[in-house]
Amino acid sequence: MLDAAIIGAVFASVVAAATTLLLASLGELVAERAGTLNLGVEGMMIVGAAVGYATAYSSGSLLLGTLAAVLAGTALSLVFAGLSVWLATNQVASGLATTILGLGIAGLIGSSFVGTRLDAAPALDLPVLTDLPIIGRAVFGQDAFVYASLLLLAAVTYGLARTRAGLVLRAVGESHSAAHALGHPVRRIRTLAVMFGGACAGLAGAHLSLAYTPFWASDMTAGRGWIALALVVFSAWRPLWLLAGAYLFGAVSILQLHVQGFGLGIPSQFLSSLPYLATIIALVAISALKRGQGAPASLGVPFVPDR
Amino acid sequence: MPLKLERQENVSTLRLAAAPLVALLVTLVVGAVMFVLLGHDPIRAFTIYFIEPLGDPWTLQELVVKACPLLLIGIGLAFCYRANRWNIGAEGQYVAGALLGSWLALATHGTEAGPWVLPAMLVLGAIGGALWGLIPAFLRVRFGSSEILTSLMLVYVAQYGLDYLVRGPWRDPAGFNFPQSVTFDDVALMPLLFEEGRLHGGIIVALVAVAAATFVLGRTLVGFSIELGGSAPRAAAFAGFDERRVTYGVFAVSGALAGIAGIIEVAGPIGQMQPTISPGYGFTAIIAAMLGRLHPVGILVASLVLALTYIGGEAAQISMRMPFDVTRVFQGTLLIAILAADVLVRYRIRRVEGTSHA
Repeated sequence: MLDAAIIGAVFASVVAAATTLLLASLGELVAERAGTLNLGVEGMMIVGAAVGYATAYSSGSLLLGTLAAVLAGTALSLVFAGLSVWLATNQVASGLATTILGLGIAGLIGSSFVGTRLDAAPALDLPVLTDLPIIGRAVFGQDAFVYASLLLLAAVTYGLARTRAGLVLRAVGESHSAAHALGHPVRRIRTLAVMFGGACAGLAGAHLSLAYTPFWASDMTAGRGWIALALVVFSAWRPLWLLAGAYLFGAVSILQLHVQGFGLGIPSQFLSSLPYLATIIALVAISALKRGQGAPASLGVPFVPDR
Repeated sequence: MPLKLERQENVSTLRLAAAPLVALLVTLVVGAVMFVLLGHDPIRAFTIYFIEPLGDPWTLQELVVKACPLLLIGIGLAFCYRANRWNIGAEGQYVAGALLGSWLALATHGTEAGPWVLPAMLVLGAIGGALWGLIPAFLRVRFGSSEILTSLMLVYVAQYGLDYLVRGPWRDPAGFNFPQSVTFDDVALMPLLFEEGRLHGGIIVALVAVAAATFVLGRTLVGFSIELGGSAPRAAAFAGFDERRVTYGVFAVSGALAGIAGIIEVAGPIGQMQPTISPGYGFTAIIAAMLGRLHPVGILVASLVLALTYIGGEAAQISMRMPFDVTRVFQGTLLIAILAADVLVRYRIRRVEGTSHA
């Protein structure tokens, strides 16, 4: 009954579900490594989803839609950066405010697109590789977002570990006072990191509304932005662990759908709450094991020069 | 960019009190721009959104009814935030309280249960909310897990639990297959304060909470230990205050008040269990707590202001076919504005000439 085609399809859907999380959490990881805890991811993601969908639907171009989504996510991240980096407000409150605002803006933009549908971003077939059994479709028959997420992962991993910019960014996250004393522009670096996070969240939103579920529904992010935040903790702020975490959570959310399909008599609501319960369990497990190791030392602490 | 925040010494009380008003003003300006962008005459939109609801006795009552849950939840959150504990899952604690309280209403439905039912429901509501709030507190104390994320994840879990119950075991068999419970018996409903209208006894509960919280936070050692634990944890430890007990305490209070708000809403304006029992009160209450300066009386005023955004949003939805999300934009902008205004009142932004790095 479970033939290769079905297993391949399940794998492919896991990859698709994981890609949204991977994109959003990569951006958040960079922001957090620079010392800013951005709780606005959910808002930036849904604004990306709404603006991306609206632009793609109106222009007929998925590429334009994606670009617009990235810009929208970045624009909203500037609101967060303005508050938390430049005015040195409480990062938790600023992030929440950004999310509430983002949910509202997305709802306004999306309201005229309720009930419409788009053609999803096409799978990019790679010759031969796509036809490999089981893993062919899952690994090589994906849309451009999947490849983009993996390229971004490689870039972030390399950039943080091996470049001078990555070193400076990590220094700012570990000790903003020391970085400041060395002459690094702490606030400018944090702003750029937050903007990168916003762009990634916007891209994650575009993946959601242009590829994963190619229609608009209000609140379609359904807490994925928050799960992305939890994944950063889960990864202990290391990009490669993020990959494992995102795919694990992709698997949980897909598994939950398939179990519902089998009709085991488990109420669907219990299965739907699984990703959220899994997030809690993962957070507890990681903090029980690691006790917060890996967190940038200045994370969440506002920086005011000479205060 | 060469900008510098300079701390202002001796900020006058007047300036501090002005911050929320400035924030409100900025929000209104942003709102006007938004109305224009949406293609509406801003003056007419403002009248419908903010002015008309205030001129009608019926909607004035509705305003107080909507402020009630915000006030209760907001006061609880003030306990957490003063202790520097970030409970942002009040929405889940609200639902959990409503669930446990409703259980009693449904268990006694159709029996000859006496007037003890409603008080018992309120107690159960408080217990349900407190238990739900104690989960993130426990995970934080025991494992060091971020209470921000765990409390938030529990919101989704509580909502799915509610959805399961009203679509499954609690569904009214005579309800034409609508996902809702039976209407509560009279003994399980909040009494109305007046014959005509919507004002219910929950408002009294909320006002008692204002008085009690003002006293506890301002005049007792408990309030002092919460405050000190939040602002100077090391000093608090030296003073012998137990950080873990404070964490459990503020989450229990916060959850209990959110739970009471939940059961009051279900036993009051709604009158039965249904899949959606809150237009985001748990999140809006975060803004109420901030806007009210974490002070119960301030939160009372802020709750009324925020309730107006709900009422106005409903009015604009009906008469201008404006999406309800306008309300969220207002609420988000208000929180952003209050955060910014707070800084600008206390600090002065100075341009710094020369080589200084930003």
